Amino acid sequence: MKFTLSWLKDHLDTNASLDEIVEALTRIGLEVEHVNNPAEKLAPFVVAYVIEAKQHPNADRLRVCMVDDGSGAPVQVVCGAPNARTGLKSVFSPPGTYIPAKNITLGKGVIRGVESNGMLCSAFELELSNDHEGIIELPDDAPIGTPYVDYAGLNEPVIEINLTPNRPDATGVHGIARDLAAAGLGKLKDRSIKPVGGAFACPVAVKLDFSAEDAHLAPAFALRLVRGVRNGPSPEWMQKRLKAIGLRPINALVDITNYVTFDRARPLHVFDAKKVHGNLVVRRARDGEDVLALDGKTYKLDASNVVIADDNGVESIAGIMGGEHSGCDENTTDVLIESALWDPMNIARTGRALGINTDARYRFERGIDPAFCVPGAELATHLVMELCGGEPSQLIVAGKVPEPQKIIEFPWSETRRLTGLEVPTSQMAATLEKLGFVVASDAADSGRAMVRVPSWRPDVEGKADLVEEVVRIAGVDNVASTPLLRLEASVPKAILTLLQKRVRQARRALASRGLVEAVTWSFVSKDRAEAFGGGSPALSLANPIAAELSDMRPSLLPGLLAAAQRNADRGYGDVALFEVGQIFRGDGESDQRMSAAAIRRGTAKPQGAGRHWSGKATNVDAFDAKADAMSLMAALGVPSGGLQLVAGAPSWFHPGRSGTLQFGPKNIIGYFGELHPRVLEALDVEGPLVAFEITLDDVPAPKAKPTKVKPKLELSELMPLERDFAFVVGRDVKAGDIVKAAQGADRTLVANINVFDIYEGVGIPEGKKSVGIAVTLQPKDKTLTDAEIESVAGKIVAEVSKKTGAVLRG
Amino acid sequence: MTDLSTLESQTLSAIAAASDETELESVRVAALGKKGSISALLATLGKMSPDERKTAGAAINALKDKATAALAERRTVLKEAALDARLRAETVDVTLPVRAAAFETGRIHPISQVMDELTAIFADMGFSIAEGPDVESDDYNFTKLNFPAGHPAREMHDTFFFNPGPDGTRKLLRTHTSPVQVRTMLANKPPIRVICPGRTYRCDSDQTHTPMFHQVEGLVIDKTAHLGHLKWILEEFCKAFFEVPSVKMRFRPSFFPFTEPSMEVDIQCSRKGGEIRFGEGTDWLEILGCGMVHPNVLRNCGVDPDEYQGFAWGMGIDRIAMLKYGMPDLRPFFEADVRWLSHYGFRPLDLPTLAGGLSS
Repeated sequence: MKFTLSWLKDHLDTNASLDEIVEALTRIGLEVEHVNNPAEKLAPFVVAYVIEAKQHPNADRLRVCMVDDGSGAPVQVVCGAPNARTGLKSVFSPPGTYIPAKNITLGKGVIRGVESNGMLCSAFELELSNDHEGIIELPDDAPIGTPYVDYAGLNEPVIEINLTPNRPDATGVHGIARDLAAAGLGKLKDRSIKPVGGAFACPVAVKLDFSAEDAHLAPAFALRLVRGVRNGPSPEWMQKRLKAIGLRPINALVDITNYVTFDRARPLHVFDAKKVHGNLVVRRARDGEDVLALDGKTYKLDASNVVIADDNGVESIAGIMGGEHSGCDENTTDVLIESALWDPMNIARTGRALGINTDARYRFERGIDPAFCVPGAELATHLVMELCGGEPSQLIVAGKVPEPQKIIEFPWSETRRLTGLEVPTSQMAATLEKLGFVVASDAADSGRAMVRVPSWRPDVEGKADLVEEVVRIAGVDNVASTPLLRLEASVPKAILTLLQKRVRQARRALASRGLVEAVTWSFVSKDRAEAFGGGSPALSLANPIAAELSDMRPSLLPGLLAAAQRNADRGYGDVALFEVGQIFRGDGESDQRMSAAAIRRGTAKPQGAGRHWSGKATNVDAFDAKADAMSLMAALGVPSGGLQLVAGAPSWFHPGRSGTLQFGPKNIIGYFGELHPRVLEALDVEGPLVAFEITLDDVPAPKAKPTKVKPKLELSELMPLERDFAFVVGRDVKAGDIVKAAQGADRTLVANINVFDIYEGVGIPEGKKSVGIAVTLQPKDKTLTDAEIESVAGKIVAEVSKKTGAVLRG
Repeated sequence: MTDLSTLESQTLSAIAAASDETELESVRVAALGKKGSISALLATLGKMSPDERKTAGAAINALKDKATAALAERRTVLKEAALDARLRAETVDVTLPVRAAAFETGRIHPISQVMDELTAIFADMGFSIAEGPDVESDDYNFTKLNFPAGHPAREMHDTFFFNPGPDGTRKLLRTHTSPVQVRTMLANKPPIRVICPGRTYRCDSDQTHTPMFHQVEGLVIDKTAHLGHLKWILEEFCKAFFEVPSVKMRFRPSFFPFTEPSMEVDIQCSRKGGEIRFGEGTDWLEILGCGMVHPNVLRNCGVDPDEYQGFAWGMGIDRIAMLKYGMPDLRPFFEADVRWLSHYGFRPLDLPTLAGGLSS
């Protein structure tokens, strides 16, 4: 919403300065976004007189002008404009002037051998129009030396308000003035409108053609004919105001509708009566109907749109935009003035569906003052008669103007209850009354009042709204800060849920492994979603912002892989990234899970990336991903006892270089390994790349313990001893199975097992491998004899052979 | 005796001449070993007369002691020399670079760090953390929050929608964290004090907007919470978060469908040299929106607005991170450029606490 200071003063009697007004507007909730004063940048431009214009001695197209700019001696200026001539009044800028349109600062110069001390300007150079055909021509009576902005009336600040959608009344200058008056910045002027007496009956009838349940779409429609008008340019004062707020003057009749729209928040429409055939019918559009609108575009309509039609068809899209066919132009002699009420929701929907944004739609969809429906038509009639002459008909009103009687029972204490601010009752009542509320005190109860809401405030529904009115005018700054004490006077308790805690632990743990945390989009392309087990229709956006951001991610990996590739493309190929964030398995609430995932690319191993004098640079492998995953489990305090590791993982992993982590086959918590080469190719991503992903929600909660006491530490006095075994097993036998079997051989004595060697090659049969394990035995209450040690060793060999077919290597 | 003195000088000079411990050992064996020269002299004592033995014994033993002492002394010298030689040979080039420890190169994203900072502050104020799903219903995202169907305020949200399900309703990506307020009130009886951080979405993308961003919402519901408390909470939060001794805030009346009265809050700052500093200067910077929870929202969530009251506020986590830590643009937050992450990210062990200070 834009307006000028003088326009505001049409409605507000005030001595307040611009700064005071701007400050007050923001303070009462009409946030000022910009104040623009063209005068500031155009200050040096003055009205000047061309005393003499002579042909330039060295250039056919240039003239040498002696210019009187009111400062004293005439100034010599070389000018290339075809209309530069003796006796012309124009606009002059001296050297040192900044020329906005050209983004240059003028200097003294010599043009083709003749000195030039300034410039005569075109309207284009002042950014006032696109006219750069010649210099500005001013009337003979323009006073020499006067700043041009003062002469042209451009010296006027334009205030732009960032209007919140709840304030339709402030879409007009009058409503803004009312708020300022209530805030103590002056007195609201009485701008009530006298009805115009009609000389004859309106020859065009209006029918609201709606079923009973559709009646709300067009509650009232006022119409009047003014015949014998002369339409031409609107007067300068009106054009100036419209231009100042960025509107293009068209002709008087159209300008009047725009003017009233901004002056009173009352959109209007004018039809050229001679182009209207028969009577007007207001109805739902018929499917397939179309209309050529005033913006020159044809809109296809359907039954959800409301239109104004005549015998020829649709003439106007109700409340949004008129039709080209019946529009007013300089030949219009008879004009029909429409002031109607429309359903805000329907206007919003139609405007959105057709993609039309107009000042009318902006106001109608916010809800305009029904009580101003008829006065709006009268005001327009006054202006038409004043600017274009003509003879008005009587005003007809189809339908009935609603008279909302919203009365709120308002306990005065409500203000203190909700804001803590003490405002005297009399002040509250005065504020509300200045804003147009009618306050009736309750004889039986002085603690409350019955407050009637003015017709222009559809946003005010209840007590809280009245509190807002009181407080915003009294000043929110006057509400005192009040400490909000804790509910209990105690040391704060732990507040994080297990998952919230684990999310935080996961981030710190993974970052401690040299991984860098990324935050990638929650949506990925459909292809990528599908490649990682997602892409279901329920998780596809109906209106994605881009094709590559169309589906909710089923995994963090596609986003991280794409990120790794982007880094590689910039020359950073050894990247280690992680993310802890939401993934989506369906559109239900419990389908959203917290996942932790990491990728390593190139040589970005936990011990460091790239070549180093201390050792060879090697590529990341599945075990790096496994180490990340196991570290995370350790950091989360997951008991490793129940955790199972199964070879293989879903299709986006390398089938032979990946593993699944699970607590039983029904609770898979995640995967790790090398990415499948085919998936990398499909994603246009280059490896080597390894990854893990664990769903944190699925990691079992630790067992609740009655106390914080740790289990008793039992230390043996006896030395542990270590025995090595080398087993020859089939190549497919898992080391994990050998370890498990060895552990099972004697659960009391076997304290630890370490796999220290894997060997294939000379000395080992084809298809076999040697697995070396070191078993730590921890005696509990007596030193083991050689025989006892031999016996345990025998049990280990027997158990491993039984479970894996292993043979002790000779 | 001449023999003895000759032997002595020979032995001592042999000890002095020994160049390493092995040679010294041979000298020892040659002198004091079973068949050594001094041992041999000692062996002759048995055959001597007591008188002879007395003088010769003393002399031979003195020689033995002398030799033993000389050996020990020489051994120490040789050992030191050997150690020196070894150490000289073992010298390494300590200027060679070592690999950085993993926790030196790992980083926490600024959004996560700021969430941890928020947690530290609000946990201390007695708030807990509530969360909700990103895929929301229209009802929770809009209707229960007092956005009437078709209202222009809905349109301002640039909502991402999913396709309608079999029942005709369509889910959406939450446009703000406010549906978590709804969920919290539906599930809990007042008093309620929560903050709700999370991801939010709007189909809007330009220099300062991304289709995904992060918000944190705060909600207080009880029987007495009013605007003055809200102001206090926000002032305390801003001081604690931005780690400045004082902040000046400006509350401007505004509009949100779910609060009444509603306000936008500006914070005073200076922008000298493009750097934003709070607690000084004369510029205003919009930082959050807030208000008293609208009675319709309370009713929609099963809370009686005449018995209970409260307030809510919401702000952008990415935005306050940018303000505090000086990232100039929003878009790189989600681009995962390791150069940006390493520079603006946080060290893994720098966990924000009130006791230790939020940032180091």
